[in-house]
Amino acid sequence: MRDLTYWQALQEALRQEMTRDPAVFLMGEDIGAYGGAFGVTRGLLAEFGPERVRCTPISEATIVGAATGAALTGLRPVVEIMFMDFLTLTMDQLANHAAKFRYMYGAQARVPLVVRTPAGGGRCYGATHSQSLEAWFLHVPGLKVVAPATAADAKSLLTAAIRDDNPVLCVEHKLLYATTGPVPEGDTPATIGRAAIRRAGTDVTLVTYSYYVGIALKAAEELAAAGIDAEVVDLRSLVPMDTETILASVRKTGRLVCIEEGTRTGGVGAEIAARVAEHAYEYLDAPIRRIAAADVPIPFSPPLEQADLPSQAGIVQTVQNLVLGG
Amino acid sequence: MTEPMAYPLTAAEARRVLYLLTMSRAFEERVMALVTDGSIRGTTHPYVGQEAVAVGACLGLQPDDWVVSTHRGHGHLLAKGGDPNRLMAELFGKATGYGGGKGGTQHVADYAVGHLGSNGITGGGIPIGTGAALSAQMRRSGQVVGVFFGDGAANQGTFHESLNLAALWRLPAVYVCENNLYAMSTPHHEACAVEHIADRATAYGIPGVQVDGMDVLAVAAVVRTAADRARSGQGPTLIEAKTYRFLGHSRSDQRVYRTRDEEAAWRARDPIPCFQEWMRTHRLATGAEIEAVTTAALSAVDAAVEFARQSPFPDTAALHDGVFADDGSCAT
Repeated sequence: MRDLTYWQALQEALRQEMTRDPAVFLMGEDIGAYGGAFGVTRGLLAEFGPERVRCTPISEATIVGAATGAALTGLRPVVEIMFMDFLTLTMDQLANHAAKFRYMYGAQARVPLVVRTPAGGGRCYGATHSQSLEAWFLHVPGLKVVAPATAADAKSLLTAAIRDDNPVLCVEHKLLYATTGPVPEGDTPATIGRAAIRRAGTDVTLVTYSYYVGIALKAAEELAAAGIDAEVVDLRSLVPMDTETILASVRKTGRLVCIEEGTRTGGVGAEIAARVAEHAYEYLDAPIRRIAAADVPIPFSPPLEQADLPSQAGIVQTVQNLVLGG
Repeated sequence: MTEPMAYPLTAAEARRVLYLLTMSRAFEERVMALVTDGSIRGTTHPYVGQEAVAVGACLGLQPDDWVVSTHRGHGHLLAKGGDPNRLMAELFGKATGYGGGKGGTQHVADYAVGHLGSNGITGGGIPIGTGAALSAQMRRSGQVVGVFFGDGAANQGTFHESLNLAALWRLPAVYVCENNLYAMSTPHHEACAVEHIADRATAYGIPGVQVDGMDVLAVAAVVRTAADRARSGQGPTLIEAKTYRFLGHSRSDQRVYRTRDEEAAWRARDPIPCFQEWMRTHRLATGAEIEAVTTAALSAVDAAVEFARQSPFPDTAALHDGVFADDGSCAT
């Protein structure tokens, strides 16, 4: 199997689905000749033409709203919102419209819409271009949320999202675009809603997704050297969330550490912790720990940003304290 | 009223127009009574007074064209050919309603007649309609989308974004702004920097047309012209129908922000008697025929209420159904 970068894997999913299904088309800001702010769509304009690779004005609400209208009437739009922070401008269309139409209007309505968006910090972009806002969308029934961590998942989860008859938010961490990994040639979609055990272990369960899967795996290697055997669960999809895989892991290890890049309060980790507390409390040998960004806007200054976002060292320290009672 | 040559109608077509105007009016008046007596829970936004806009616009569109509606949307659904039984059942929250009772007054759609949905967010439907027009253009279906919204929605950002996009891409959309002079209680002149919303079309390089929203055939004529233009690839039109809602914004509105004299002046231009007079003047119906149409409209509303009353409420097990297209996969 050949290696691809994460962005190439995303692009391959777009290309294969656009080739396979004429109803699939792209909309977004600067996604044409420029190729999108992070280059995911580079070359697709030349390949598919301006009708299916549609550069839009800077009008995020209407980009998502119009894509929803197109999805309701037989097309399968894939929207790119340049930074996840800009999803604030689309919230009404996503939360009040795309997510609710099927429930309110009945089975006659379906919204096969994908919104792709680069997320996350670590690049000194400051408070409005660095956020990880995915936790907000866990609170909107009717939206699915995927967050691939690997190049292979980038392709298979995006493929699945495009074929899904529901609105799906695809969260792409900026620091993952240049990472590489083996990616199958075919167009087999992932099953949205299934987590993956990226590293089996017996002492503690680390639940995370997206960029922090790789960080958690590195932390696990460091922990292994210290005699702690960590299991790393990659959620892959936040909605639906594969609670069973999380619970099975915690029942085995007896310890849970949730890791995310978003802010701590009301975060993804809070939801995971609640589910585990509700369904596997009796298996816990230690308190649940959450590792997340501080409840502050993401600062620009490099040392401040690094201090804010979760780190490999911080994960190692938290897990050691938890397991060894330090 | 418009002269007959402006929008020629056969006698049968004229009776259909009168039927829709009258049925829509009777439907809303009945809904207000049912809300007042508690048969219908929640709120409602009556369309009474504005019927000529919905009926005229749908007359000017083709049957397989789409419309996108608003919070004040019962009249749009009925004018597009929707089923008063299923609409009334939805207002009652019954299982036989369009959304099985899950949508309610502001969230109803009937795709079979080209109605893509009413919408509880002011201005929220404008991008949806714009996207449907994009879909029609990309699929080369020849369809046009009538996008209804009010004067209040014209001040939302989605209005600007959508009209700019539609003009840029020459989308087959007809934007029908129903300027009923008040966004809930706020007068149009206190909310909008220009007197005529249609004048904003200039900013997008598209035609902006004012029309008498109390004249069903005048509305039909301008919508037909705009739809023809859209269908031939020349892009969208912004139509501003000057109209008036005879009742309050919603059930609780005491109408303290406007005068009874103003209301009386608009009621003197009630589109239904105006159209009846037009039919008589142009010998398209006798008094007896008009009476028969009125009776049929009232009977349809009676039947809708009876249908809704007799229908069951949804089983509470339905609560969790329909969130996703593939129900069950998302169990948490």
